[in-house]
Amino acid sequence: MKGYNFAYLDEQTKRMIRRAILKAVAIPGHQIPFASREMPLPYGWGTGGIQVTSAIIGPDDVLKVIDQGADDTTNAVSIRGFFGRVAGVRTTTHTAEASVIQTRHRIPETLLRPDQILVYQVPQPEPLYKLEPSRAATRRRHALAEYGEMHVRLYEDITRFGRVATAYDHPVMVNQRYLMSPSPIPAFDNPKMHRMPALQLFGAGREKRIYAVPPYTDVRSLDFEDHPFHPGRAPHCCELCGSTTSYLDEIIIDDKGGKMFACSDTDYCESNRSDAA
Amino acid sequence: MAYVAVKGGEAAISAAHSWLAEARRGARDVPALELAQIKEQLSRAVDRVMAEGALYDRDLAALAIAQAQGDLIEAAFLLRAYRTTLPRLIDTDPVDTGAMLISRRVSAIFKDLPGGQRLGPTTDYTHRLLDFSLETAGAAPAPVPAAAVESIEKMPRVTDLLGAESLIENDPSGDETPRDLTMEPVEHPAPRDVRLQGLARGDEGFLLALGYSTQRGYGQNHPFVGELRVGEVPVSIVPPELGFAIEIGDVMLTECQMVNQFGGSKTAPPQFTRGYGLCFGHADRKAMAMSLVDRAMRAAELGEDASAPAQSVEFVLSHCDNIEATGFVEHLKLPHHVDFQSELETIRAMRAEARETLKRAEALGALKRDETKRESETP
Repeated sequence: MKGYNFAYLDEQTKRMIRRAILKAVAIPGHQIPFASREMPLPYGWGTGGIQVTSAIIGPDDVLKVIDQGADDTTNAVSIRGFFGRVAGVRTTTHTAEASVIQTRHRIPETLLRPDQILVYQVPQPEPLYKLEPSRAATRRRHALAEYGEMHVRLYEDITRFGRVATAYDHPVMVNQRYLMSPSPIPAFDNPKMHRMPALQLFGAGREKRIYAVPPYTDVRSLDFEDHPFHPGRAPHCCELCGSTTSYLDEIIIDDKGGKMFACSDTDYCESNRSDAA
Repeated sequence: MAYVAVKGGEAAISAAHSWLAEARRGARDVPALELAQIKEQLSRAVDRVMAEGALYDRDLAALAIAQAQGDLIEAAFLLRAYRTTLPRLIDTDPVDTGAMLISRRVSAIFKDLPGGQRLGPTTDYTHRLLDFSLETAGAAPAPVPAAAVESIEKMPRVTDLLGAESLIENDPSGDETPRDLTMEPVEHPAPRDVRLQGLARGDEGFLLALGYSTQRGYGQNHPFVGELRVGEVPVSIVPPELGFAIEIGDVMLTECQMVNQFGGSKTAPPQFTRGYGLCFGHADRKAMAMSLVDRAMRAAELGEDASAPAQSVEFVLSHCDNIEATGFVEHLKLPHHVDFQSELETIRAMRAEARETLKRAEALGALKRDETKRESETP
């Protein structure tokens, strides 16, 4: 795009971000502070993910952007359009065709490969912030691997509700060392992070943090032996493709209680339907 | 099918942008606003957008205000997003506010002082009566000649006068290069140079509320306006190939030196301490609020009890940026249905379990009632 560098950010900024990414990959699950830039999209819209994508994308990459699992949600459309405009890269909605996938709130149903990179948009990189709002204090907790409070919180949920009440952004332990926010993906997606062949990068623009899970790294959802982690989904099948294993959106279709369930991952759903046809 | 309703994001976005452009222009029979009018006649809005947008450019600020339909936070965001793409060519020399071409200068702690008090273009003593004569674009007000400014050297900063008697803490200028909070992530506890940068581009409303809270007892503070000055200062750079300073322009600044009580400590005798506010444009409110909050954040450094929100460096700096704040608050309107779905499933499961528990408890209660009944019926 005229007047702007390839993929919007200038090369110095990209280098700064790449250094943060390298550090993040070297210390899986550890949050690396970086000098996040103001982007032409608002904070909260995925500025962290956009900066990471901008720093790693090359002219030969094929980009897929999803929000809530879908390629056609407004924000996904907007971010895909942004990179189409400032980088001129090829974009796709097919998970298998993409080399870089930027996501908000979901991990694709299709298994990712070692030659793919999954970039998460992260609103709140600090998994402990509800227990301790000071980031200076939580940094100390991470340094000492002092995560007892989080276990106590989960335990309190179990005593009060009989189950862990966290349905999304369920904290994970990465490489047996750092407690990490998986970003607000549903607990259903957490197991997909464990030993994923693809590199997983996490960008939090407003909070100015980058972190990573290298390929084939252990990612365990926090739980107890007698209360194992429970990834939930709606107990239905997709009304469009019939999948009984995918994560489902519940769509209200009238004002008389009518609803239908359909795959949140639109690409997965469409390819299921074309396979059946 | 209903599911189709969630598709078509691309067409919807494009249509929304067209509608926005239409709404921005407003009724066609009203002449379009010219940027020069915004720059000249809405100059306080321009000042605020430059301060919070962290870019001194009156023309671009006027453009941003027009583009944002007068939404000043949105305008500041437009300016920031542009600023971030600009190359950093050189750092200027520190500006000398003592050499300011004063348009306004008031001190609340002395009745008169060298150089005198100068009200300048202030609303301070206007009566807030709607001026209906402005309803019709009338003739320009009759010009009134301003009182002549004595030489700038005769208008020293009040804090320098107090400093001569050591009544106020020394504020030595350091040689170290200040950190740049836009180029390095802020780490807490942030030093004062970073704090002042954050406050200078912080939200006026947020700083106003926090400064106000210190006056009402949330963080002890006994402030006096030592001096508030507004005017233009020259900006100089030293190009490496020249090796000496050249002036490249002037910027309008508001500076507030707040003077605060301090009881002294083991190492320092009782003396006044400083709270400092500096921002782009003519902005008494912003500079004063900033100086209150700056002083409040020095609590720990001065050995004072630091328990109020305004005294927490991390709290203030993490929340004073309105571009960050508005982004995160407003992002809640983006789709969150995947997370909501997981919450729905959890709450349904929890309700089902609660119903089961209730049913079991009721059944147990009924059983017990039956038992007691049988027992009482047994002769």
